[in-house]
Amino acid sequence: MNRIQAKLNEDKKLLSIYFSAGYPALNDTVEIIKKLENSGVDMIEIGLPFSDPLADGPTIQESSTQALKNGMHTELIFEQLKDIRKSVSIPLILMGYFNPMLQYGVEAFCRKCKEIGIDGFIIPDLPADVYHEQYKVIFEKYELLNIFLITPQTSDERIRYIDSISEGFIYMVSSASTTGAQSGFGDVQQNYFKRISDLNLKNPQIVGFGISNKETFLQATTYAKGAIIGSAFIKHLTHRGVEHIDEFIDDILK
Amino acid sequence: MSYHVNKKGYYGQFGGAFIPEMLYPNIEELQQKYLSIMAEPEFKAEFEQLLKDYVGRPTPLYFAKRFSKKYNTKIYFKREDLCHTGAHKVNNTIGQILMAKRLGKTRIIAETGAGQHGVATATVCALAGLECIVYMGEIDIARQAPNVARMKMLGAEVRPATSGSRTLKDATNEAIRDWINNPEDTHYIIGSAVGPHPYPDMVSRFQSVVSEEIKWQLNAAEGTENPDYVVACVGGGSNAAGAYYHFLDDERVGLIAVEAAGKGVETGESAATSILGKEGIIHGSKTLLMQTKDGQITEPYSISAGLDYPGVGPMHAHLYTSKRAEFIPVTDDEAMTAGLMLSQLEGIIPAIETAHAFAIFENKTFKPNDIIVVCLSGRGDKDLNTYIDYFKL
Repeated sequence: MNRIQAKLNEDKKLLSIYFSAGYPALNDTVEIIKKLENSGVDMIEIGLPFSDPLADGPTIQESSTQALKNGMHTELIFEQLKDIRKSVSIPLILMGYFNPMLQYGVEAFCRKCKEIGIDGFIIPDLPADVYHEQYKVIFEKYELLNIFLITPQTSDERIRYIDSISEGFIYMVSSASTTGAQSGFGDVQQNYFKRISDLNLKNPQIVGFGISNKETFLQATTYAKGAIIGSAFIKHLTHRGVEHIDEFIDDILK
Repeated sequence: MSYHVNKKGYYGQFGGAFIPEMLYPNIEELQQKYLSIMAEPEFKAEFEQLLKDYVGRPTPLYFAKRFSKKYNTKIYFKREDLCHTGAHKVNNTIGQILMAKRLGKTRIIAETGAGQHGVATATVCALAGLECIVYMGEIDIARQAPNVARMKMLGAEVRPATSGSRTLKDATNEAIRDWINNPEDTHYIIGSAVGPHPYPDMVSRFQSVVSEEIKWQLNAAEGTENPDYVVACVGGGSNAAGAYYHFLDDERVGLIAVEAAGKGVETGESAATSILGKEGIIHGSKTLLMQTKDGQITEPYSISAGLDYPGVGPMHAHLYTSKRAEFIPVTDDEAMTAGLMLSQLEGIIPAIETAHAFAIFENKTFKPNDIIVVCLSGRGDKDLNTYIDYFKL
């Protein structure tokens, strides 16, 4: 069983954290991952920086741009992560845009990820149908789960299609927006979370976009299996550095 | 072989819709409805009427006697510079604003580089009484001040794109992000034959009026519908798509695409996407684009703000790799010289984008009996400051 699937079987609400590899400093990647695991995080999304991150708000854009300025590139991420499984056991997901993966070569990229011990991908601009027709076979060969997004605008019919081709979890985008913190979740979001929960999908849902603190984490996980925090964590890294990661996580989990 | 889009939204291996799920409902709605809406008799009648009474179509096909004599061949200019707002861009924005209304959208967003598409969008939004927000790179706002003022006067809000390289590519990113944040009431009017399917095809169809007119106009002038060559400048590729459209599958008609070489193809300051680009994904489309080995999109350079886009439309990428069209790079200096020459030989000041297309005659020889149509895509009023600086006028 894939590490993601095993984690989803645990009887608890899951906290997943996103950060951009190579930010704040080029070589912080491994230290951030270790500190997150030690702080009690359940799953990590490692962002592959991209020059044109269409689905991201200002915070992740800036961290991505800075990571590239720091000198981050695909081969270097693999180099930094090559021994990660000697010390880290929680699921690791790579989240990035499709073009850098395409340039590396999709199969070579997958092979490398398998060697390192990556468990899955989130690729916002790789549509479900293109994945299904062209890349599913390759991802499965290397036992990598591909995680799809749904939004409040996604039709029930499409959600069921996405559920049918997913193994792992469904990434439920909290509202029509790019990434970044919101002031909280109102009735509209709660109704949406409940509507999806009531569809009784085979894959559990994890909520992302707009979760920044304990309150929004609890709201998001009332109906969903877990939640993902990205921009708020990056802001914490920007202001407090990698030293105080445990404080950020404690504020959410304790 | 067809050079038109196939049912799945591809031109050869290029095209498709590589979009985040957040945009899926909007793109899917467009994909399913654009052809049937465009085929509605009332839509067609309204589109044609506006092109005639508002844009001023048909634009003339002008036989350029002095220019032809200079290069010892027969050269016609398709005068898109005479369209309302000064360029071909308005053909597409008229079509898309009517499309937006059919789709029940009340808010319009657009990206712009040189400002021509922004002005054309602001214009049709004023005409339709719809809210208009134009994203424009901070750097382009500074270098295209007259067009920024025009958009504001037309009632549009111009929002600076301050991320990345702060030019057209980033303005497009910001427009896409706006659409993600406003999926229900907003239509995104893309200005070129780029972006996810169906945009390249939809924009090409709205621009195809250019080649439709060339056919009957040339028949009246020369007794043949088909020129030997059609020449157009290519940034994203919308004026070329329109000028080529009805000739795409007729290989007797040669297609020439002129790209901005900037300071020279090999100088590192160029926008010659076909030569310098590699297959990849930009703004939702698989096409040729300028990028690092690592797949990061790079910033092109051209003296013309309308041609410095790091990608090219998927139709054009296919025309390039299939060799259906010949791609010719033209430098800043060659384009500026051609712009001045055209002004003094024919009394027409072209946009700098357009001037690139006229520069090829210096190095490429045609037969005396060849009939060549050059798409004179826009006028040069917006570029006067650049011309003044360059020639110390």
